[in-house]
Amino acid sequence: MPSTLSPQERARRATTGGGSRSAPLPLLLPALVGILFLVVPLAGLAIRAPWGDAWTILHGSAAGEALRLSLWTSTTATAISLAVGVPMAWVLARTEFPGLRVVRALVTLPLVLPPVVGGVALLLAFGRTGFVGQLLDQWFGITLPFTSAAVVIAQTFVAMPFLVVTVEGALRSADRGLDEAAAALGASRMTVFRRVTMPLIGPSLVAGAVLCWARALGEFGATITFAGSFPGRTQTLPIAVYYALETEPDAAILLSLVLLLVSVAVLVALRDRWLRGGVAA
Amino acid sequence: MRRRPVPVLVAVVIGFGAGLSLAGCSDASDLGATTSGTPSGAPGLDGQITVLAAASLTESFTTIGEQFEEANPGVTVTFSFAASSTLAAQIADGAPADVFASASAATMDDVVAAGAAASPVVFATNSMEIVVPPANPGRVADLDDLSDPAVTTALCQPQVPCGATAAKVFTSAAITVTPVTLEPDVKSVLSKVQLGEVDAGVVYVTDVVAAGEKVTGIEIPDDVNASTSYQVASLARSEHADVAAAFVDFVLSSDAADVLSTLGFQKP
Repeated sequence: MPSTLSPQERARRATTGGGSRSAPLPLLLPALVGILFLVVPLAGLAIRAPWGDAWTILHGSAAGEALRLSLWTSTTATAISLAVGVPMAWVLARTEFPGLRVVRALVTLPLVLPPVVGGVALLLAFGRTGFVGQLLDQWFGITLPFTSAAVVIAQTFVAMPFLVVTVEGALRSADRGLDEAAAALGASRMTVFRRVTMPLIGPSLVAGAVLCWARALGEFGATITFAGSFPGRTQTLPIAVYYALETEPDAAILLSLVLLLVSVAVLVALRDRWLRGGVAA
Repeated sequence: MRRRPVPVLVAVVIGFGAGLSLAGCSDASDLGATTSGTPSGAPGLDGQITVLAAASLTESFTTIGEQFEEANPGVTVTFSFAASSTLAAQIADGAPADVFASASAATMDDVVAAGAAASPVVFATNSMEIVVPPANPGRVADLDDLSDPAVTTALCQPQVPCGATAAKVFTSAAITVTPVTLEPDVKSVLSKVQLGEVDAGVVYVTDVVAAGEKVTGIEIPDDVNASTSYQVASLARSEHADVAAAFVDFVLSSDAADVLSTLGFQKP
């Protein structure tokens, strides 16, 4: 995960050359087994895919609907995560207050929490009879479960910590001397944040956002628990895959491939960008 | 700070793993399975069997399993309850199991057609009922109220027997119901109603009995109600074919019939 290394550190590693020598066999063999283990299932998808009927199947099933829903909800979840998560990461990394460690542990909890548990928790808080949801219903007539908004909430809950942890790590390892220099030259704290801190952690910010987006796109457990499943409204691509496996396995395979391709495309595209960003900084 | 990336990576693995585990579980001994009873070395039948049973059979089969274990002290029965269609897909993917109890003939037919089971027997039938939270927030009084867009309704997925049977009810009553969610199995529909997150759900009569005070049932008139028949068969892959066959026989026994009828199932 080069994203949380400072540019200086990355440059140092690049010039000293970390491990270009041939690997010893006791390391090489398990590494190969690991690589195969990760790649073989993906190959399984490609091998079993009904390529000939791909177009008709994808056109006939609810694939397009589910893909559109997944794309806009996960993008919205990422936008919310950026708007809230970056300031949160800054507060966690750059300020001191009692209970900071507890807060940090709590906000990163969804990283290790089973998503289904997250979904149950969301339902009990923001559901129609939940302690927050009840008030939303009474005061504004808003009920969240089983809406697309619930999908976004579930995705944000599960995915935002990925962004926060990545950005917070970058903020901690970033050179604070530059911030201090800018402040000494008269920049306000907000200006320092915008003009110095943010560009410094840019690559990590992109990496965190991509991780967050990918996690939101793949969200299943919290979504189906909190938002339910209805085609076009709350049935995201992973949920569509899950049900299609029971009814049309071929469609499930193709939908899985679509998710795989989207994920690969995004990773490839953005990896290139943040590598260049790192070198430029 | 150089150690930071490690927890991130670990978390990525855990996060994705947990997300996928629901979609990927085809192993009958997964978390959803429940074990009951105590194994012992008594003579006669011996061994452990896994029974894949429709979610609506949760209460009845748990009791029947306990009785079967009492009658056969050497036997342990492990259940995995889920939508019949989910279980059928798991069987097709080679789930290690010994008996399948389906909530619909169509789902059992698929399994038989795939060669995974033979000669299934009908052991009960079940019809549908409207279920609402005790406070009845949607003021649901009859079937027609479910077609009101203001009434939020949860149904089963159309391929799940409870979803298919509910669809038959709506067809014969000539109403259109637009649910807010299509749940993976009948117990999920019931829990959404119990939690008060929806105004109504359509579940089996037996689920209303099983839920007791936590929900209110509203009967569907006989002339529009639909029923589904439950079938049981031992699976071809069973490694304890004798125990599996004995369990199937036990499900067809009068003891089991008593358990089933107490919980609201009808005789075939």
